Amino acid sequence: MAWNPRVHTNEERPRRDPLAGLKRLLRLRVPGPTGPWRGKAGAAAIALVALVAAATSYYQIEPDEVGVIRRLGRFVGTSDPGPHFRLPFGIERVQKVPVQRQLKMEFGFRTGLPGAEAGAAGAEPKRESLMLTGDLNVAVVEWIVQYKIEDPYAFLFKVRNVEETLRSLSEAAVRSVVGDHSVNEVLTTGRQRIATQAKEVLQQLADRYDAGVDVQQLVLQDVNPPDPVKPSFNEVNQAIQEKERAINEAQAELNKAIPRARGEAEQAIRAAEGYAIERVNRARGEAERFSALQVEYRRSPDVTRRRLHLETLAEVLPRAGRKVILDHAAKGMTPILPMERRELGSATATAAVSEASR
Amino acid sequence: MITRIALGAALASLSLSGCACYTLDETEQAVITRFGEPRGGAVAVPGLHFKLPFADRVNRFERRWLEWTGDPNQIPTRDKKYIWVDTFARWRISDPLRFFQRMRDERTARSRLDDIIDGETRNAIASYDLLEAVRATERPFEDDEAATDLAPRRPDRVAVGREKLTRRILERASAVVAEFGVELVDVQIKRINYVDEVQVKVFERMISERRRIAERSRSEGMGRSAEIRGEKERELKAIESEAYRRAQELKGKADAEAARIYAAAFGKDPEFYSFVRTLEAYRATVDGSTSVFLGTDAEFVRYLRSSARPR
Repeated sequence: MAWNPRVHTNEERPRRDPLAGLKRLLRLRVPGPTGPWRGKAGAAAIALVALVAAATSYYQIEPDEVGVIRRLGRFVGTSDPGPHFRLPFGIERVQKVPVQRQLKMEFGFRTGLPGAEAGAAGAEPKRESLMLTGDLNVAVVEWIVQYKIEDPYAFLFKVRNVEETLRSLSEAAVRSVVGDHSVNEVLTTGRQRIATQAKEVLQQLADRYDAGVDVQQLVLQDVNPPDPVKPSFNEVNQAIQEKERAINEAQAELNKAIPRARGEAEQAIRAAEGYAIERVNRARGEAERFSALQVEYRRSPDVTRRRLHLETLAEVLPRAGRKVILDHAAKGMTPILPMERRELGSATATAAVSEASR
Repeated sequence: MITRIALGAALASLSLSGCACYTLDETEQAVITRFGEPRGGAVAVPGLHFKLPFADRVNRFERRWLEWTGDPNQIPTRDKKYIWVDTFARWRISDPLRFFQRMRDERTARSRLDDIIDGETRNAIASYDLLEAVRATERPFEDDEAATDLAPRRPDRVAVGREKLTRRILERASAVVAEFGVELVDVQIKRINYVDEVQVKVFERMISERRRIAERSRSEGMGRSAEIRGEKERELKAIESEAYRRAQELKGKADAEAARIYAAAFGKDPEFYSFVRTLEAYRATVDGSTSVFLGTDAEFVRYLRSSARPR
């Protein structure tokens, strides 16, 4: 026999039905493909063998996969998507590896689990996400890892249970990076940097382990302080808001008051300027008027003086309420108003004109 | 189902031991024993191999990297903080013959690894402060001012760091396991967490820390706003007083100028000025409530008495 049918039992690949191999084995042992044909039974046996050979040699690779071919356990190559034939009866085995598919792992949460199941798996995600930060505080970090199988050979033959390995490595990578950041950085500013660094660390570790995977993305999801601590973190945020608000309000008041005060100051100065202009102009006007009058007065002082006096009296006297004329012979009455002209500027209700001019 | 598989397996092994050839998978390596005695070294090349039927036995071992996950271990650090440490490691059977002789199978090996790595982890963790197991480097934190503590943190002193600590575990453990034909390539700390009682304390500390930060932030806000209000007052006073000063100055100058102008004009004839100014004052003073007494000797009424020319 050129090939050994017992090979089948040798491997118990998980996706294979072990009974299928066994059945084939039993079937093949009875007729034996060599030797002369023995009538109808022989022909039937040959036909059966041919059928089984055909059935076990054809296979198909889907577009997102690659087929890894092992001949008697030894890796001999890969096959691309499409229909293919292999050596029958399990001499060549093909394992399909989804190299094009984007694979995803979740840490700290599980999507797609119905309530009860999620509750049952609840403890593990919680343990995954709880971690120590560099300032020895605790944060709850959820993240996802997206990866592709880059090297199907390494993926299948270098590491047993790659997925579990990758999970552990992700946890170690994220924790080591988070462990080097403060809780504030983890929660706020450092998120992006942590994700980037953790991805690098994870890829390095995966390469060191020859896992044959390409880590494409590591994205932090919800990052929170632990539940009991959450309210106090919110309080800090609130306090920061309050602080900003108080400052803004004060600033607003200042912004409102100052320009207005500036305007008012400007107004006061302009008013003073107006006063100054008026004052000087009036002075100039009055001075001009006086000077002009004085020039004429110099020419004929007596007449002018008298004219001015009489004009003033003519204007003033009609306005006065009571006019009393006293004969200067009745001496007794005259001392009533001995006021001097100089004192007339003071605010008296009574004015007297006695000796207006000489 | 299980019985059928078992039956299949039994049949398979029977047929195998009776055959002169065997295959090795890519993932396998094997040690051949003839009546229990190992024959030569390990077979690590995958594919078809030959043996003596019935006499030789094929003992298969994994050729791939294998995972080892430790049980979470409660360990006190040097600074007396109780933590759970969860480690994992990668190992492989590097010398199948020796492994076969010492360990027999993976399960035994696994339990030995448990003992050794857990022990080394315990030693390593217990001889350093917690910080050394958590931090990787001494990088200072880039915390934004508002969200941190009052006192600026001084950068932590990290003498060892997680990397070196795990390498220490790895080195010590791998020296021991080499004896068993096992190669240990990597030990990683997967998780570190406080034990529950400590965790409660840590949470309390975090809460009080946050409270403190919140209080500080609030009082900073109040302080700053008071400062701004004060600034506003000062600015207002400055603006107002400056304006007052300018106004007074302008007025004073104008007054002075006016005085100069008046003096220059009126100084030419002070007596005449006084005369004119007095007449003007009469105009302003006399109104309806004024009584005027005129003596007949006054010039204004002189002609009431006589039309004679005054002497």
